[in-house]
Amino acid sequence: MTRPVRFNIHPIKADVKDNISLANMPEGFTGEGFFTTKLSDVVGLARKNSIWPMPFATSCCGIEFMATMASHYDMARFGAERLGFSPRQCDLLMVMGTIAKKMGPIVKQVYLQMAEPRWVLAVGACASSGGIFDTYSVLQGIDQVVPVDVYVPGCPPRPEAILDGFMRIQDLVGQESVRRRNSEQYKGLLQSYGIQ
Amino acid sequence: MALTNETIKDRLITKFGEQLSHFEEPYGLLTFEAPKDLNLKVMQFLFDEEELRFQFLTDLTAVHYPDQQGRELAVVYHLHNLADNVRLRFKVFTSSEKPDVFTATQIYSSANWMERETYDFFGVNFVGHPNLKRILNVDEMEYFPLRKEFPLEDQTRIDKDDAMFGRGPLPPAANRGTIETPRQDSEARVPASGTPGVAEEPKATTEEDGAQA
Repeated sequence: MTRPVRFNIHPIKADVKDNISLANMPEGFTGEGFFTTKLSDVVGLARKNSIWPMPFATSCCGIEFMATMASHYDMARFGAERLGFSPRQCDLLMVMGTIAKKMGPIVKQVYLQMAEPRWVLAVGACASSGGIFDTYSVLQGIDQVVPVDVYVPGCPPRPEAILDGFMRIQDLVGQESVRRRNSEQYKGLLQSYGIQ
Repeated sequence: MALTNETIKDRLITKFGEQLSHFEEPYGLLTFEAPKDLNLKVMQFLFDEEELRFQFLTDLTAVHYPDQQGRELAVVYHLHNLADNVRLRFKVFTSSEKPDVFTATQIYSSANWMERETYDFFGVNFVGHPNLKRILNVDEMEYFPLRKEFPLEDQTRIDKDDAMFGRGPLPPAANRGTIETPRQDSEARVPASGTPGVAEEPKATTEEDGAQA
């Protein structure tokens, strides 16, 4: 005997009139049949809407990340649908969870295997600063071993917060200049971490 | 006839006499203390005896008592008789200057990793252990974290406010911040030299372009 359907029996039709977000065209000079703009703008636009993240999920924040990737808080709408588990094919290293001191060199090794341009998102209190685990075994923030671009606080952060962090990464990616990775300042940053 | 604590105690005293001491039964668990040279003999006796058959080592750990001179480190063995479901605990005391205890790996294989953990956290040197090195902590660590002289928190943090963690006097009322105007931390706590912890990579704190999400 089948049960009667109880849920979603009056579905709300999605209102898609004027409700679709489009990526804005970068500023440029346009004419008949051509459009000029800065290379960094176009490249940034393409990159930011197709970031391939590498999830480095260690503990509870990893579960929140799973919720973020799932259908309710979908991260695929930001272009990050394809998660890579090989750092060599990924742009964004998302470190989610407590990193112990023994794990520090491993995070660094994963970071080193990523190709430029690469970004790092520290999700959660433990990855940002050690969180509540101020103890002999926990690394007090992954910025002791890798340079971090965006920190998402929370214990664990809500999926909306993780998405907000991801959108900040998108802002950084969209506005990055093409010469940044060769600049002295960036090289100095990597030197300070012992990365050549 | 079920194996009772009385029976075990009688068998032990018959075999070892006055060397075992401090018999007590907290929560029904027979507990006693043995001198550290005898720990293997006691365990072997408890293992081999027909009636006793304590053939499962549940736990091997240590306790640090900084106040008892000469008996600072207590190595605690929890044994279990699986056939009769009887447990017992015995302790072996050793000093922290020369914390040598004979290894139980010949009798119980599970003692292998448990003794490595005890060495890692308390510094108890198990004589005769096949592979006594750190198991859970970083290999280069020079101290033993669970000893009482070692502070609980990681010493590489310089941004923790002593007063807010109950360690020092609160700043004067004028200097205490509110949510709108946070206090500027003028004295950063400098870690003592040779601080424990991973060798800190110097971080360039100003160069990172990132915003708090």
